[in-house]
Amino acid sequence: MSKKFYLYSALIAFIIVAPFAFPDFKTQLATVWLMIIVALTWDMTGGQMGYNSLGNITFYGTGMYVAAVVAIALVYDVGEYNNAFGGGIYVFTNQQYFLGLILGTVAAGLFCSLIAVVIGFITFGLRGPYFAIGTLGVAIAAGELVSNWDWVGGGQGIALPVFPGDYDVGKVMFYFLFAGTGVILFVFAKWLYSTRFGAAINAIRDDEEKAEAMGIHTLQYKLAAWAIAAFFVGVAGAISAFQLIHFEPLETAYQTINLGIFMVVCVLLGGAGTLWGPVVGAILFHVFKEVTWNYLLGWQWVALGALIVVTVVYFQGGVVGWVMDKYPQWFGLSRVAEDVSEDEQS
Amino acid sequence: MTSILDVKNVSKSYGGVAANTDISLSVKKGAITGLIGPNGSGKTTLFNSIVGYHPIDSGSICFEGLEISKMPVQKIARLGLLRTFQQTRIYGQMNGIDNMLISLPHRKMRFVDAFGRNGSEEHERAESLLEFVGLYEKRFLRAGSLSFGQQKLLEFAMALMNEPTGLLLDEPTAGINPTLINGLIDRLRRANEEFGITLFVIEHNMRVIMNMAEHIYCLAHGQLLAEGTPSEIQNDQRVIDAYLGAH
Ligand SMILES: Nc1ncnc2c1ncn2[C@@H]1O[C@H](COP(=O)(O)OP(=O)(O)OP(=O)(O)O)[C@@H](O)[C@H]1O
Ligand SMILES: [Mg+2]
Repeated sequence: MSKKFYLYSALIAFIIVAPFAFPDFKTQLATVWLMIIVALTWDMTGGQMGYNSLGNITFYGTGMYVAAVVAIALVYDVGEYNNAFGGGIYVFTNQQYFLGLILGTVAAGLFCSLIAVVIGFITFGLRGPYFAIGTLGVAIAAGELVSNWDWVGGGQGIALPVFPGDYDVGKVMFYFLFAGTGVILFVFAKWLYSTRFGAAINAIRDDEEKAEAMGIHTLQYKLAAWAIAAFFVGVAGAISAFQLIHFEPLETAYQTINLGIFMVVCVLLGGAGTLWGPVVGAILFHVFKEVTWNYLLGWQWVALGALIVVTVVYFQGGVVGWVMDKYPQWFGLSRVAEDVSEDEQS
Repeated sequence: MTSILDVKNVSKSYGGVAANTDISLSVKKGAITGLIGPNGSGKTTLFNSIVGYHPIDSGSICFEGLEISKMPVQKIARLGLLRTFQQTRIYGQMNGIDNMLISLPHRKMRFVDAFGRNGSEEHERAESLLEFVGLYEKRFLRAGSLSFGQQKLLEFAMALMNEPTGLLLDEPTAGINPTLINGLIDRLRRANEEFGITLFVIEHNMRVIMNMAEHIYCLAHGQLLAEGTPSEIQNDQRVIDAYLGAH
């Protein structure tokens, strides 16, 4: 039983105790997990594979809509339900609510994987800034399309049934849904990066032409990586949909300039291409955002902009990259010993 | 002679520049063949055409009897025809071992194999090939921090890791310390003899290519100027003129 084992046990214990230890911050804590999920998944293609998507928010929004439509369709006619917009008497039994939540979430993940493959098939022909802008275009277009589609509530969005129980219990449940998804994603990513798959997407990041010349199935890897990322973002979107109860297409679901950009900032802040970077970045970012949004009202966007500039100019490796550079021995990086012997030789 | 690679009447131009004009040549299976020519004579262009890096204007290219002139790069690589780059390309942020491991032949891999890890067998092979090119001590260094010459050697080791049938080397000795060149010639020979890899080598260093190659082709201004054994090439007046005239 190593030090690592105790560290991870303590972390798990903290994750479980947190919503009870800080009862006033249940929703805040849930949001931190949402940020961790979108940051870790963004890094899967951004940091690990070198494809900086500005369109991952598409999967968040689509996840919301798929989950909502599935949950409603299990009981009512979707078009009628959405056009009544909370006006009619639409009751969901407990069983219908939870079945909708579970099936809706799974369907959201799977559907988002599918559209990631379809969008990826077109956009993965683009490189560098063209990929970033291409995927941003997809997100904007998706938001516009959905907001003009009456069957799913048009610009008004969708109102979902409320959690059928105590208000506080609901908050705890949503915390654990996000936390559970985040922990599963973290463990999955940790494993994935240790396989040949991880090496292949790193190779694509370092030199895609070389990877092609060596016979690596680059497109397959790119599509698979994005589909995995999209699955988790879709699931997160689905949970958000039930948590928020009501969501709009442009402000909430396909919120390109908010969450769509925040996820990138989280990764840059924490350290792109590392496992812990997105996690650390998401936590720091959320704290920073809450503090500035509460105490620097009116200047919050300026503060955020300044944070981005400072990170990009002075800490390109992010917090984790910076610490790794300063204290490589903490990470058991064999690089240290090698660097020394290299110095001695020269 | 049985050839492994047959290039027939291949032409390729970039806009107005005719980089390759009507080139025909063949590379003998199991041998080392050389490709020489002054700067800008179209050698790298020909390599790029062979491995599917760009579409050719006309002509045919066969690898082991299979027409490959319309295939994409990855597919040709998985057939066992590999190239190294004149500018040297390695995966800069990974260490030497990881560069080697990711170079395992993907033609034998199914997609599910991607979700496995490399075992001790693969690690040993990676280490022994790094040893073979003299980079064992540097195996945990970030490959991007290696010197240009070391990167060249790493790229060669990566190509061997891929177990190709045919390997196109674009100036393997460029940037290599002159005192190490003899060692490199020896390694290229051993790759050819012991691993049975057919080599097609672009080289500016005449001593190297005359020493190593069994048959040499010479390009000038995008056209095939001469071919023959090293001694025939050395004594060919057109080749001498091309080299002298080029400067
Ligand atoms: N991508 C390209 N676009 C336009 N012209 C090109 C391109 N690549 C090569 N050329 C031109 O084609 C001709 C042949 O170039 P190539 O690189 O094949 O020469 P080379 O024989 O490999 O020369 P060197 O010995 O200097 O490497 C040159 O005139 C070059 O300018
Ligand atoms: Mg060249």
